[in-house]
Amino acid sequence: MTASLSLATPTPAPQADPRKVVVTIEGLNKHYGAFHVLRDINLNVREGERIVLCGPSGSGKSTLIRCINRLEIAEQGNIRVNDTDLSLTTRQAAEVRSEIGMVFQHFNLFPHMSVLDNCTLAPMSVRGLSRKEAEERARFYLNKVGIESQAGKYPSQLSGGQQQRVAIARALCMKPKIMLFDEPTSALDPEMVAEVLDVLVKLADTGMTMLCVTHEMGFARQVAERVLFLDGGQIIEDASPEAFFNNPQSARAKGFLAQILH
Amino acid sequence: MSFDQLLALVLDPDLLERYGPRFIDGLLVTGKLVALSFTLGALLGMLLALARLSNNLMLQRLSAGYIYFFRGSPLLAQLFLLYYGLGSLKGFWQDVGLWWFFRDAWYCTVLAFTLNTAAYQAEIFRGSLLAVAPGQYEAAKALSLKRSTTFFKVILPQSLIVAIGPLGNELILMIKASAIASLVTIYDLMGVTKLAFSRSFDFQIYLWAAVLYLLIVEIVRRSLKHIEARLGRHLR
Repeated sequence: MTASLSLATPTPAPQADPRKVVVTIEGLNKHYGAFHVLRDINLNVREGERIVLCGPSGSGKSTLIRCINRLEIAEQGNIRVNDTDLSLTTRQAAEVRSEIGMVFQHFNLFPHMSVLDNCTLAPMSVRGLSRKEAEERARFYLNKVGIESQAGKYPSQLSGGQQQRVAIARALCMKPKIMLFDEPTSALDPEMVAEVLDVLVKLADTGMTMLCVTHEMGFARQVAERVLFLDGGQIIEDASPEAFFNNPQSARAKGFLAQILH
Repeated sequence: MSFDQLLALVLDPDLLERYGPRFIDGLLVTGKLVALSFTLGALLGMLLALARLSNNLMLQRLSAGYIYFFRGSPLLAQLFLLYYGLGSLKGFWQDVGLWWFFRDAWYCTVLAFTLNTAAYQAEIFRGSLLAVAPGQYEAAKALSLKRSTTFFKVILPQSLIVAIGPLGNELILMIKASAIASLVTIYDLMGVTKLAFSRSFDFQIYLWAAVLYLLIVEIVRRSLKHIEARLGRHLR
């Protein structure tokens, strides 16, 4: 589409996307003490969108996704998830949060519970499922991540990659509408990264809305529709993976890519 | 020295026949006293630990002050303060209808021991709660678990593994410190020992007491080992 053509057509704005906006962030600011982690962040996430966040360490990418499920509280600005304002009462926020799944860098499985119990705890106590229903659901998702045979084991008996797959299954057992991933492969041994990425690719194919902080640029190319590049607490670039990797606009993104892609 | 003579020196059959049954009673009193006050102390201690870790400054200060006082003064002084000190305010306790409690040495002892061990246990629980990785709280939040579910299902079981060692230590110290109860007319193990000694003037009575305390401590030690293995079964 040429510039003149898009000027000639009156209605559809360039970002006209028929999909519903599920997360809206407006004017988000956050400090850790004197450190300004997030500066005036504005972001819309549409249903089914797969977004990869990247950027140097300390750029605020983890903090940004942690604000979306209120693990971090924003000082300034609005975050709306499915049209619920997260600055409202904690009760409403808790309801919204239960629609958002999160996977952590260090898995954060409950070490004293079996894999199955890790997956059934929240569905039973938050969603009110019976043990039988919860176990059925847990086995379904454990099967999806290829780990059903380990359901009776404790997390410490599994490899890092297996633990992270359990953590993904545990989050999926709540049937979330949005999944957040905070560097899901950064704590893994290199040979285990692929098995976790495979699960993420499969999950992306189901149409799940995903926001993923990662340094796996191959994964970003393959799966993401949008890459957000953050630096100094700001979103510097917001582009398709092709545009971002082949033709980064800012000097900082160019420098970052040069370092990370060797 | 013949075997019978040696036996008479450490386990005289006559003496045993006369005081043996009392020792059984004393043993039971000590067991009951420690079990009751340690359990009540654990409940109070957990509440104190939660208060110290809460965001409420008032609760923090109150709990810290409590712990400061009860860890910083001798158990004996606390017991005397309760039994002789508060117990001397007869008129007041009769007015508020608590005289039945404060005139009774048993109740006062259980209360003093509970208040004392609660302070120590509070510090144990506080440390063990802080030892649980912050990621566990985050995971529980991210799964929208209620605060009570998070505490009882996720945090407490993990922190108890850390707490069990020091708690066992505290329990063993309590068992031995419970001998203090004999000073306010309780016939616990030490109470009956003193009674038997004052009548027989035979030092072997104290030997019996020492061995019986050792026996209780050994039972406790073994049960703790068992509990520890059970709580930590996922760590093997």
